[in-house]
Amino acid sequence: MADVITSPAASTVEHPHDADYLTDPQHQGIWSWMTTVDHKRLGVMYLWAVLAAFFVGGLFALLVRLELMRPGTDFITAEQYNLAFTLHGAIMVFLFIIPSIPAALGNFVLPLMLGAKDVAFPRLNLASFWVYVAGSLMAVSAIAFGGVDTGWTFYTPYSTTTTGPVTLMTMAVFVLGFSSIFTGINFIATVHKLRAPGMGWFQLPLFVWGIYATAIIQVLATPVLGITMVLLVMEKAFQIGIFDAQLGGDPVLFQHFFWFYSHPAVYIMILPGMAIISEIIPTFSRRTIFGYKLIALSSVAIALIGFLVWGHHMFTSGQSQLAAGIFSFLTFLVAIPSGIKVFNWMSTMYKASIGLQTPMLYAISFLLLFGIGGLTGIFLGALSVDIHLHDTYFVVAHFHYVMMGGTVIAFLGGVHYWWPKMFGRMYNERLGQIACVIVFIGFNMTFMTQFFMGSQGMPRRYYTYLDQFQPLHAFSTYGSWILGAGLLIAAFNLVASFRLPKTAPQNPWAGTTLEWQTQSPPITHNFVGQPAIEANPYDYRKFKIPADAV
Amino acid sequence: MTWLQNLFLPNASHVKAGAVDDLFMFILYLNIAFFLLIAGVVFLFVAQYRRKSNNQKTAHIEHNDALEVTWTVIPLILCLVVFFWGFNDYMQANVAPDDSMEIQVTAKKWIWTFEYPDGSRNIGKLFVPVNKPVRLIMHSEDVLHAFYVPEFRIKSDVVPNRYTEVWFQATAPGTYVVPCTEYCGKGHSEMQAKVIALTPQEYEKYLEEGDPDERGKPPEQLGSLLYVNLGCSTCHSIDGAAGQGPSWKGIYGAQHKMTDGANILVDENYIRESILQPQAKIVSGYGGIMPSYQGQIRERQLAALIAYMKTLK
Repeated sequence: MADVITSPAASTVEHPHDADYLTDPQHQGIWSWMTTVDHKRLGVMYLWAVLAAFFVGGLFALLVRLELMRPGTDFITAEQYNLAFTLHGAIMVFLFIIPSIPAALGNFVLPLMLGAKDVAFPRLNLASFWVYVAGSLMAVSAIAFGGVDTGWTFYTPYSTTTTGPVTLMTMAVFVLGFSSIFTGINFIATVHKLRAPGMGWFQLPLFVWGIYATAIIQVLATPVLGITMVLLVMEKAFQIGIFDAQLGGDPVLFQHFFWFYSHPAVYIMILPGMAIISEIIPTFSRRTIFGYKLIALSSVAIALIGFLVWGHHMFTSGQSQLAAGIFSFLTFLVAIPSGIKVFNWMSTMYKASIGLQTPMLYAISFLLLFGIGGLTGIFLGALSVDIHLHDTYFVVAHFHYVMMGGTVIAFLGGVHYWWPKMFGRMYNERLGQIACVIVFIGFNMTFMTQFFMGSQGMPRRYYTYLDQFQPLHAFSTYGSWILGAGLLIAAFNLVASFRLPKTAPQNPWAGTTLEWQTQSPPITHNFVGQPAIEANPYDYRKFKIPADAV
Repeated sequence: MTWLQNLFLPNASHVKAGAVDDLFMFILYLNIAFFLLIAGVVFLFVAQYRRKSNNQKTAHIEHNDALEVTWTVIPLILCLVVFFWGFNDYMQANVAPDDSMEIQVTAKKWIWTFEYPDGSRNIGKLFVPVNKPVRLIMHSEDVLHAFYVPEFRIKSDVVPNRYTEVWFQATAPGTYVVPCTEYCGKGHSEMQAKVIALTPQEYEKYLEEGDPDERGKPPEQLGSLLYVNLGCSTCHSIDGAAGQGPSWKGIYGAQHKMTDGANILVDENYIRESILQPQAKIVSGYGGIMPSYQGQIRERQLAALIAYMKTLK
């Protein structure tokens, strides 16, 4: 054995799919998955978990839209509606979007992009997954015990006085927070310590920059949410007056604490989406990204300024006028780095060689939908206008354009982009493109209408409404069916690829980053030998386009 | 571009609302311009630079300082313009004029009560004269609510143990819906009041004779009106459907079982007590959540409600 020395390159050519991380003979059986410390397997397990959460959250969304098709009580009662929109929000935010890109795709891709064998703390990574599962089970059991009707924001004093398992739900959020913190710590340490030799900070792929900025927020902001949830539970269980005016507390204090986490959490949700777009656009344009440093540093700028704008959720809460002015000012500042990114992505398509495969279609959808989401944020940052629009459907439409049109579309683009790498299989390209177009149309039908309703005065969280809004609400509901159908087609297309043989090439899209320099799917230790850094990411001047790239 | 404004905004009916609309429309034009820019450039580049061969050469442009400064500075300037414009209008519109008429507003699940300087009260209806500033001093007796008048472009949360305020000056007579905009539970979607702006003559008449809708009506019809206006309909159905409180269908003359086990005949005195002191006797199977109407309802209105219940067989 020892006298046979083959070069790493030769061994991958001879055994193109020898023992990838899915088929590794040393790691087989369900127990090997449950106790795995392999970042790729954990990424895959996270992927199935968050997709399950997305499915459940989506069902609640369809239920909410169904009830809103007509005014009055049609399919569900007011109480059931309140449970449905609360669970839709809480599941989508805490169980799906926050872990979606960092924990599922980030776990899989980030160490590969750095040329590392794994994350810095593989066992902590495993703990993060099981803590996530525990938190999710607590949330699910809260639903089983009657559900929670507080809205995902848990505003006091409603949340401390309503019946239902609010304590269990808030403890679920507390536990899920630890999962998020573990992942964040892991990624920060990994980016600092496990970069391939020769990979400086400005040789990092932009996905890594985005995830790194996200990890900073996860580590710094999530503890505040945990503390807030514990205070809420202490008030509910032991009658300690913190937020409840009856007990001498202050209900507006809860909003400050909650948004101190939850506004940065908006960036926990959107920065990873931007990070994916920064990969897809240069790869499918086959040219270097425009303004690398500005994109990288704007992620960090967004992460830091994002801590200082929470009060813009509270312009009508009775906070002081001076505070409202300062928060409004800072809100406009944080808009600038996002705008810069959009212009940089657009410029990357100049004099490019653009392929419109499914991931790129999602990236283009992202530019248009996130564009609308970002631009409509200007209405809400402007103080006098926000007073009119606050807590109406205008806000609902705005944040769905950012969270779904931005993050979820980017997530879907990322799943299609890395799917061949993760599972070694190509999905049906044409069906993937069709699903993307259907999602785009359905999404706009569902949420564009909500801008008009909101500025006309339709409040949020209503199960019934004035007759004047009926046509727009009905249109929005029809749109939600198209959106749901598009998502099902995309899911079917991906799952159907498992029936195909593992024929995906090593680098199907001609990507320049390191994850494309190992086989698809990668071997357990990611690379044979230590990959070398030959050029900056996205530099196509000397890059050889693989012959089997589509 | 009135059609565009009408697509987004209801009629402005408060002296300060027009300023809000001007900024809204300015931002809307900015939005449209920038969206067309993004979409136009993206589609142009996709059409122009579609991949023609697998080994097509592409440009290597890492950055361009002039371009990057331009698209940082221009949006920054526009954002600052919008900020100062919005902040200035907000400050201008925030403080009520000194000659405002003051009205105390109390919110509780799921009714609004308005108390006038003379001590008279209205539930669910705020009568005001047009062209006179009105200042509302608001607080909540339970959870958060929010007072919102879309046509006036005003909104404020209503908070327990603290006063918040809004003011407005209606520019045209009319009825303006006030939807609650801070989630407050089961009756949130139906927690609705109305601002009724009257001409000075009509307002004088209102002060002397009360709510014009309630004048000169037989008790049953008045009761039917009050059933909605006083918020009874939020919890009590009239068709036998389950609610937060017992249905009124066939309630008069029925036997109700109380939480303490007693059976009580629903008669005039029992109904009267249940409206004025709802906690005195609770029907089995319901929570004691009804607010008291003591001091907020006139004798004539009480009698009308009882008369109305008698008609619900």
